[in-house]
Amino acid sequence: MQGSPPEEVHVELECVRLAFGEREIFKDLSCQFARARITVLMGGSGTGKSTVLRMIGGLQRPDSGQVRIAGDDVASCPEAEVQRVRQRLGMLFQEGALLDSMSVLENVGLPLREHRGLGESEIRDAVHERLAAVGLEGVDDLLPGELSGGMLRRVALARAIILDPEIVLCDEPFSGLDPPNVERIEALFSELCRMRGLTLIVTSHHMASSLRMSDQIVLLRQGRALTGTPGSLATSGDPEIADFLGSDGAALARQVSADVAT
Amino acid sequence: MQSSATRDFIVGLFVLAGLLAVAYLSTVLGGLSYRGDGSFRLVAIFDDIGGLSQRSPVKIAGVKVGQVAEIALDEDLRARVALDLDARLELPVDSSAAIRTAGLLGDQFVSLEPGAEDELLAPGEFFTYTESALSLDKLVGRLVHGDAFGDE
Amino acid sequence: MSGTPLQRLGRNASEWIEALGQVMAFAGAIASAIVRPPLRGRRLLREIYDAGVLSIALICGAGFAVGMVLGLQGYTTLVRFGAQESLGAVVGLVLIRELGPVVTGLLVIGRAGSATTAEIGAMVSTQQLDGLRMMSIDPLHFVVMPKALALLFVMPLLSSLFTVFGVFGGYVIGVQLVGLDGGSYMASLENAVDFRDDVLQSLVKATVFGALLGVISTYRGYRSPPHAAGVSRSTTSAVVTASVWLLLTDYLITAFWGV
Repeated sequence: MQGSPPEEVHVELECVRLAFGEREIFKDLSCQFARARITVLMGGSGTGKSTVLRMIGGLQRPDSGQVRIAGDDVASCPEAEVQRVRQRLGMLFQEGALLDSMSVLENVGLPLREHRGLGESEIRDAVHERLAAVGLEGVDDLLPGELSGGMLRRVALARAIILDPEIVLCDEPFSGLDPPNVERIEALFSELCRMRGLTLIVTSHHMASSLRMSDQIVLLRQGRALTGTPGSLATSGDPEIADFLGSDGAALARQVSADVAT
Repeated sequence: MQSSATRDFIVGLFVLAGLLAVAYLSTVLGGLSYRGDGSFRLVAIFDDIGGLSQRSPVKIAGVKVGQVAEIALDEDLRARVALDLDARLELPVDSSAAIRTAGLLGDQFVSLEPGAEDELLAPGEFFTYTESALSLDKLVGRLVHGDAFGDE
Repeated sequence: MSGTPLQRLGRNASEWIEALGQVMAFAGAIASAIVRPPLRGRRLLREIYDAGVLSIALICGAGFAVGMVLGLQGYTTLVRFGAQESLGAVVGLVLIRELGPVVTGLLVIGRAGSATTAEIGAMVSTQQLDGLRMMSIDPLHFVVMPKALALLFVMPLLSSLFTVFGVFGGYVIGVQLVGLDGGSYMASLENAVDFRDDVLQSLVKATVFGALLGVISTYRGYRSPPHAAGVSRSTTSAVVTASVWLLLTDYLITAFWGV
């Protein structure tokens, strides 16, 4: 974390306001996500973490404000433009969102089949490469219903990176996974970020891994965002934040203070 | 997705079966073939067509050779019936057209009897001899009044 | 809801009209998706298999059964007038003009229509459609259009198969059970049935029903609330809505066909 290169803003939300009927989700949301870094979006239930991802992906338009991806504002441009920007994004949905009537090979290869005029063997090679990158082999002909939770997420991740996007959005990738799988996915995220320079934006409830793997945390609170490194938030002294981070936060705070002291 | 080659084949069979069903209904039952290619039209004038309607069959010796195309009223207020007939038919000019009933309460049809002349009827020409539909109450009336029943 | 009964009625009416507009817009979107490449032949074939091939046993069986019933009922009625020779005509005309398209339509609504709504609804609730959007694939073009087109295509074929099996069912009853002459059954049938008045009406009805079903079942699935209870409700309402519209359109087509 210390001594890392200066951060370039890749995705930025500015003064975003969004309400669903009577319920106001975001009052005045502004935050930034750095390029080639892992940022974790945190917040209690219903604070709108998934909604932020959907806004970045263009699936949800804010009532006002801007959502900029490398300078392009997806909040106000027409659908055709949004489609174009989406080519630079990959999204990993909470339950994978793989098409359940198609095999793993067909699912992961779908973006290639639709958008690049590649031949069958080229598609197969590309799919195998991404599947290997997420640690899966020999699963080509399985249906999503036949995959375990961890395998399903990894296949979905392979699909999210098949077009070599710059940004990958991950919605609750750790939910419902056992510790070995959580570690595996954490390691994958770090690897993808360092090796491929991906900007990863992850929503998570999972405190320990979020604090471990993130370069930056965006905390959603009362329709606004608080940004900081895990260390700075852990030692911030704000009782609400300390409460939210819980015991993992407290342990991290002690470790950071110890590091500073040395 | 299971073996898509066999599935495609089955879909092909299904479509074929469906199209055959459509074709059967259209041609065999619907008499689609009497329209369009190779039909020629003749006209017959009747005093009374009874229950004859459009698309009623036209038969010679009980065999269907065409159907009624149009029924209208001519200037003399008699029924003008246009018949679409198989193009291969050759009917002499003294042929006759009569309206008959198939069975006691059956459908009515036009029965043609070929004549003896050498000259043939050309498309659009009229039948010289026609016999209107027999109606039961008129028959009874004639019987009661002692008239013989006959043709025009 | 607040307001006087009249106000509520007015609001319900305007909501209904608004919903109608949305369905029309959806139908228009499907139509423009059909003419836009890519063709999606693979998916279309799969949908035709699901909607058509898997319904064949049901349709042919039902057709035969209905034909037999018509044969029986028709015979017992006609025999009172001594007109049993016309059984072929009666069975054939009723099947071709009405029962073929209508019963097939209702059966297909129940089988393929409800399956379509449920499948699309399930895809909504598991975010599969959002997943497609994020891959810059239009879910309407990828999922909805092949399903709707398959239902449209399959209906006239299934309706004709139903009718043919029905005619055969009536034949079996007429000839084997009651002892009519097979030749006069078929003859009275062939004489009575006309392509323009009867068969064409049957095909037009079946195709229109297919279009209705294609739009309504996919629309309900697409707009389904993203949870199990919502999907279930959408499926039921799709079956009901499609059935009602089918019967309404049947009346309209029948009434205007003779004009």
